[in-house]
Amino acid sequence: MSLLLTPGTKDDLTREVADLCEQNLYACYQCGKCSATCPLSFAMGILPHQVLRLLQLGHGERLVASQAPWVCVGCMSCAALCPKGLDLSRIMEALRTVRMRRLESPLRTTQRDGKWLATLPQSAVVAAMRKVSR
Amino acid sequence: MNPESTTDLTGTGVSPDSVARIHIMGKRHEVPAGLTILKAMEHAGYRLVRGVGCRGGFCGACATVYRKAGDYRLQVGLACQTSVEDGMYLTQIPFYPAPKPLYDIHELAPSAATLIGFFPEILRCIQCNTCAKVCPQGLEVMRYVAAAQQGDLKRVAELSFDCIACGLCVSRCPAEIAHYHVGLLSRRLHAAHQIPRASHLADRLKEIEVGAFDEDLDALCKADRDTLRSLYTQRVIEPEEEIVGSSAARAGRG
Amino acid sequence: MSDRNGGKPVITGVGTGPDTSASPSDSTAGEAAVYGYFPGCELRTRSTALDSSARQACRALRVELREMKDWTCCGGLAPQVRDDYAGLLAPTRVLVEARAQGYEELVTLCAYCFNTLKRAHFMLEHNADARRHVTAFLELGELRPARVLHLLEVLRDRVGIERIEQAVNSPLHGLKVAPYYGCLLLRPAQEIGLDDPEDPSVLEELLGALGCDVTAFQAKSDCCGSYHIVTDPESVARCADTVLDAVAEAEAAVVVTSCPVCQFNLDWRGSLAGNGRTPVVYFTQLLALALGEPIEQLGFDESALAALALLPAPRSSDERSQEER
Repeated sequence: MSLLLTPGTKDDLTREVADLCEQNLYACYQCGKCSATCPLSFAMGILPHQVLRLLQLGHGERLVASQAPWVCVGCMSCAALCPKGLDLSRIMEALRTVRMRRLESPLRTTQRDGKWLATLPQSAVVAAMRKVSR
Repeated sequence: MNPESTTDLTGTGVSPDSVARIHIMGKRHEVPAGLTILKAMEHAGYRLVRGVGCRGGFCGACATVYRKAGDYRLQVGLACQTSVEDGMYLTQIPFYPAPKPLYDIHELAPSAATLIGFFPEILRCIQCNTCAKVCPQGLEVMRYVAAAQQGDLKRVAELSFDCIACGLCVSRCPAEIAHYHVGLLSRRLHAAHQIPRASHLADRLKEIEVGAFDEDLDALCKADRDTLRSLYTQRVIEPEEEIVGSSAARAGRG
Repeated sequence: MSDRNGGKPVITGVGTGPDTSASPSDSTAGEAAVYGYFPGCELRTRSTALDSSARQACRALRVELREMKDWTCCGGLAPQVRDDYAGLLAPTRVLVEARAQGYEELVTLCAYCFNTLKRAHFMLEHNADARRHVTAFLELGELRPARVLHLLEVLRDRVGIERIEQAVNSPLHGLKVAPYYGCLLLRPAQEIGLDDPEDPSVLEELLGALGCDVTAFQAKSDCCGSYHIVTDPESVARCADTVLDAVAEAEAAVVVTSCPVCQFNLDWRGSLAGNGRTPVVYFTQLLALALGEPIEQLGFDESALAALALLPAPRSSDERSQEER
């Protein structure tokens, strides 16, 4: 991957995510503990600490098609371990929010799915509807 | 409208002060104050074939939304039950898409899982209460959706009982729920599966089936008009509640 | 985090009149301590065992869980971005209505509800914009939300582990348990504050007091896969496997949890894997059992009953008091 870095450049996605997550992205020094502990990193493609790195570099738009925010389930293992006290789950939530406000919606259940949804724990279904559907 | 004008718009001798200046679907009209919205629309020249029904506040066809000048609040009412007011800016919502599911009520269990099975979107409810704010019947719509999530069908039935399925809640819900379908299925499930059966009704049906009333029915069919009339006027409707001294009692059923 | 008050547990029952302050009441004097209670939709539908066993256990401990009236959904996970005001509506409604009904504190059991309500409370306290928007939208004069507790906090800090131990009359000796916390019960630590976010001990303490043989269980605060059971069950399978492998390594007979989604995910994966299904039970079920409640009323499933049947029969209270003489 090649990135052209110009001073002060932050693309739209970076700015929106930085605003919404209320985290100091620049505190991260890329120790990688978050990615090491994340139980779902195997399915993310791009790892949590790499997500943060792209945001630091102002190239958040490269994350516009990544799977990572939908795979993150908010277990906050990363937040518990981060030596700088960053909450990467909030950054993932900000990414989900920005993309859903851009009308993306990975979970699109229809009434035909009702019977199957009714077999699952209600708390999980409500949470999924909140987190990954528009 | 010039208050000095002597134009009598109503032709009824009502003074110009009781004129309501309203907008119907963006077009300005002046109609007599005191008319219902429905009558005002017809007075203004609309011939209604949608958005009108029983004219008695029961069928839910004429749901109307309006705003008053200078007020951001959205207000609702049934056109047949609500009087026009000066400054109303209104339109009707005669229909809002909400396809209904098909089911055999006897094959369903009276549970939250059944409701979620047909309407998984009830789990998208964010408790904003917009549905209740927009209900012309003043029902606690959000509460009955909550009760549906909890599988409390009795409570859904109680809270949704006066729903006339006008569809205003459906039109405003951010979670895209079709509340009146949920309410209707809940009431049906509650009635079909949870309300205790009337055993005396079942007994009576059995009696009829075995022919216990065949003779009486036969006699009635063959009776002449005067006999029928006298039987009808002297019938005792509620023997347990019969008032002593009534004509029925005097007719020998005391 | 426990507040032992020099060995004697302080029990604060909360009054049910309008805005009464919590007043300490010693329930050894015979009065039950009353707590406002929020079950959540899940405990009314699929996970009724968590609700009913909790009520039975609390009754035996002279704690009353008084369900708040006319409650609505907690909101299913609190907002985690600065401006998701809509997502705050549901939990705020619950907390404000609980307070209006006279409950300064609201006890929860479902980890999802607990986490949602607690995080929402934190957001309302620390995010002035959110507070302003929600207050205006809900047309409240002022925002007075109830505080959120988990039953485990009540048991540990208000009733006290020692008192629970004394109240146990059917100790679960010989039952090897793996205490599984999951994530929502603990994290984020600065907002939840129930216990250590990675190495908690409240379940170990409680289960130890019930006589269980508590195993050192490595994956106790790992994620089960959470709501991915809806969106990506394969992820749940992998996460659940991590937990179940650790359970097997610890040779535990049952997994003990407080979260209906953890219970479902582990149970689902366990039964799919086909190689011996470790029962997943709620801590309230074991608590009630150890306090002498009849096993058949506690909602254990077949696999749990089978595991519990292998325990030596609990001694009756007569036998125990004879021994003590």
